[in-house]
Amino acid sequence: MGMWLFLFTELILFGGLFIVYAVYRYSHPEQFHLAAMELNTFVGTVNTIILLTSSLTAAMSITAIREGRKGFAIGLLSMTVVLAMAFMVNKYFEWGHKFELGIYPKSPEMLAKTPGEILYFGLYYTMTGLHALHVVIGVIVLLVIMRMIARDVITAQSYVRLEAGALYWHLVDIIWIFLFPLFYLLH
Amino acid sequence: MADQHHTNETHTIGYGQYLLTWFGLIALTGITVAVAGIDLGRWVIITALTIASIKTVLVLNIFMHLKFEDRTFRIFVGVAVLTLAIFIVLTFFDYAFH
Amino acid sequence: MASQSSIAAAVEPDFYTAAHSRSGLMSWLLTTDHKRIGLLYFASMMVFFIVAVIFGFVMRLEMLSPGQTVVEPQTYNTLFTLHGIMMIFLFVIPGLPAVFGNFMLPILVGARDVFFPRLNLLSWWLFIAGGLLAVVSLFLPGGAADTGWTFYVPYSIRTSTNVIPAVTAAFILGFSSILTGLNFIVTIHRMRAPGMSWYKMPLFVWALYSTAWVQVLATPIIGITLLMVVVERVFGVGIFDPALGGDPVLYQHLFWIYSHPAVYIIILPALGVVSEIIPVFARRTIFGYKFIAYSSIAIALFGSLVWAHHMFTVGMSNTGMFVFSLLTFLVSIPSAIKVFNWVATLYKGSILLEAPMLYILSFIVQFSIGGFTGLMLGALAVNIHVQDTYFVVGHFHYVMFGGTGFGLFAAMHYWFPKMFGRMYNRRRAAVAWFLTTVGFNLLYFPFFFLGYLGMPRRYYDYLPEYQTYHVISTVGSWVLVAGLIILFVNLLIALKKGEKAPADPWGGKTLEWTIPSPPPVENFHTIPTITRGPYDYSHVQEHATERP
Repeated sequence: MGMWLFLFTELILFGGLFIVYAVYRYSHPEQFHLAAMELNTFVGTVNTIILLTSSLTAAMSITAIREGRKGFAIGLLSMTVVLAMAFMVNKYFEWGHKFELGIYPKSPEMLAKTPGEILYFGLYYTMTGLHALHVVIGVIVLLVIMRMIARDVITAQSYVRLEAGALYWHLVDIIWIFLFPLFYLLH
Repeated sequence: MADQHHTNETHTIGYGQYLLTWFGLIALTGITVAVAGIDLGRWVIITALTIASIKTVLVLNIFMHLKFEDRTFRIFVGVAVLTLAIFIVLTFFDYAFH
Repeated sequence: MASQSSIAAAVEPDFYTAAHSRSGLMSWLLTTDHKRIGLLYFASMMVFFIVAVIFGFVMRLEMLSPGQTVVEPQTYNTLFTLHGIMMIFLFVIPGLPAVFGNFMLPILVGARDVFFPRLNLLSWWLFIAGGLLAVVSLFLPGGAADTGWTFYVPYSIRTSTNVIPAVTAAFILGFSSILTGLNFIVTIHRMRAPGMSWYKMPLFVWALYSTAWVQVLATPIIGITLLMVVVERVFGVGIFDPALGGDPVLYQHLFWIYSHPAVYIIILPALGVVSEIIPVFARRTIFGYKFIAYSSIAIALFGSLVWAHHMFTVGMSNTGMFVFSLLTFLVSIPSAIKVFNWVATLYKGSILLEAPMLYILSFIVQFSIGGFTGLMLGALAVNIHVQDTYFVVGHFHYVMFGGTGFGLFAAMHYWFPKMFGRMYNRRRAAVAWFLTTVGFNLLYFPFFFLGYLGMPRRYYDYLPEYQTYHVISTVGSWVLVAGLIILFVNLLIALKKGEKAPADPWGGKTLEWTIPSPPPVENFHTIPTITRGPYDYSHVQEHATERP
């Protein structure tokens, strides 16, 4: 119950950013459209699939631990972590590419853009940045849980912590499920 | 943390069920990308959010086990989502009528 | 009942003297005992409270006469900013839940501790970290933030003062609040004693439950909003900055989406304390238990819908303004229901004018004035004239200080014997009550006139026509401070020299009065099974409390 309540706080935390997005998109529809063309739909789609798959493996690890298959559980969680890192690598290249094009806060190119575009990118960096931070936190949580499984702190009878960690990971996935269409599928 | 596990003790979700859900999620992702190419005007955002919501419901119910938990948890999630929805709607009472 | 607990007391040491794995200071700083954590909050909050009172005192000195009186204008700006930040984030928001929620909640539901004791300790450490950061921000180069506690953009983005430490402190404090709320929700759901159905819970628990939901669901909004301000200041990202296309009104929406529910975090527990104390000192079961319980939930719910009434003068759409004004009127209804039920409980009750009850009586009058002026502010036409004037300052001090503050004083005097095992001097307590009540009203009632006559808030200087009101108010602040000093000195003396208190000095019917004063570490010898409601005075004995 505690983890669910914590997830609500994360929902509302990102929710505040979604409110800002909603208001600004409502006020600057064409400029948002224009700015979104800088984003690569393919990379965004790949990242979505990566995260969805990582949720799958995280969920499956609970069944595995309940069956007493310790190694399999750790293997599944490792897969989750690997996928998460792939996501981060993609993000690194995405952001890097934009920086090369001069699309970053306070750059001369940015300041020459329309207000709607500046707001779009402000939200893009803030929201995907905050999300990426949560991916990193999630990875750390999952690594700690993997260690706990290896040391039999988490077992087939006592796996609440694994469930809690997996819940957190699924939330990270859900946030991306909403970020993806809002930033990448505007055109 | 006390191990008071109040979920359905006997219910484990099988790997097959998880895989099936995953297929559904990937399919929905495909649909949402495909639909984005169609010019729906004002309906773009509603379609995108609807599909995202369906995906979220799948993740919540199956991956996060919500379907098999106590009713209390479903009420909690409802309250949290409703709260965010209210924040958005009331904010738009200002912006939508400028 | 009393003899059983004294037998237990002879066997079990209280939680102060019980053997601990660590000694001295560490047994406090690293405790997971909810009672000790409550006291840690108490001590640290009082320090922040005293500092914030001093800031207020100096502000009132400055306002004795127009022009400069004792401080520079810039200093005045930082004084009211820090007074607001400290009082709100370090005193009234943690307030009752952190001290009395922590200490009493597990006992009131018949549990040995909260559900997550270590998380509870983390909450306190976060509180200290946030508080220290706020204080440190005063002294860092750049100077203390001068934006007002509301950090409105674009000034908060542009000013060179220490906005980032200040908002980071608020962020950390928000986390502390969230974790406490989370802990209480799970505790109430999972740890009630056998037989304690929801409708047998004390009303303070209902209040804490409602408050906890607001803490969990509303606080993250201020977290993200302040984070966005930091991101804008550091990276120049366009979000709220109008020069980059941002909308400052949107910041206000987000700020108040939390900060309005925050005032319900502030008042709900105090309303709960009133519901606890009145039955005891009127010797009657509370009138309308379910109405009061539901009204707490209703206030939490409706209170989250009214935030834009802080923004009626910024240029929102008419539709928006009508909607928020209507919702603001609606939220007064559950509060009024509580007041009616309390008065109905008092009517034909056997009233004992002990210190807790005295503060409650002040509370009822002051909260009603605060609530009523809140309704006035909710009316659009009135709001246009008095927004950002002293009228608003008067309103919120009446509810937050005259309400929550006095509720806190009531709770302190009610539960003091239980927490410390000693009784304070009741006559001095009554004198302190008198001075604080008179002082409080002298200080804040003139604000309504000042505001109505047009005196803006946060202004350092004013026209001579306002001076009389300011002088009355400042004198009131002196009377108030005298009362506060007597209040606290009285309690401090009692800590050392007070008469030993029995388990049940007041004749209370809730679970805390069935265990020794102070309680043993594990609270209950055996977890009780609950068969009755919490305010069962059907077999009251006339001489339950003896006067010394």
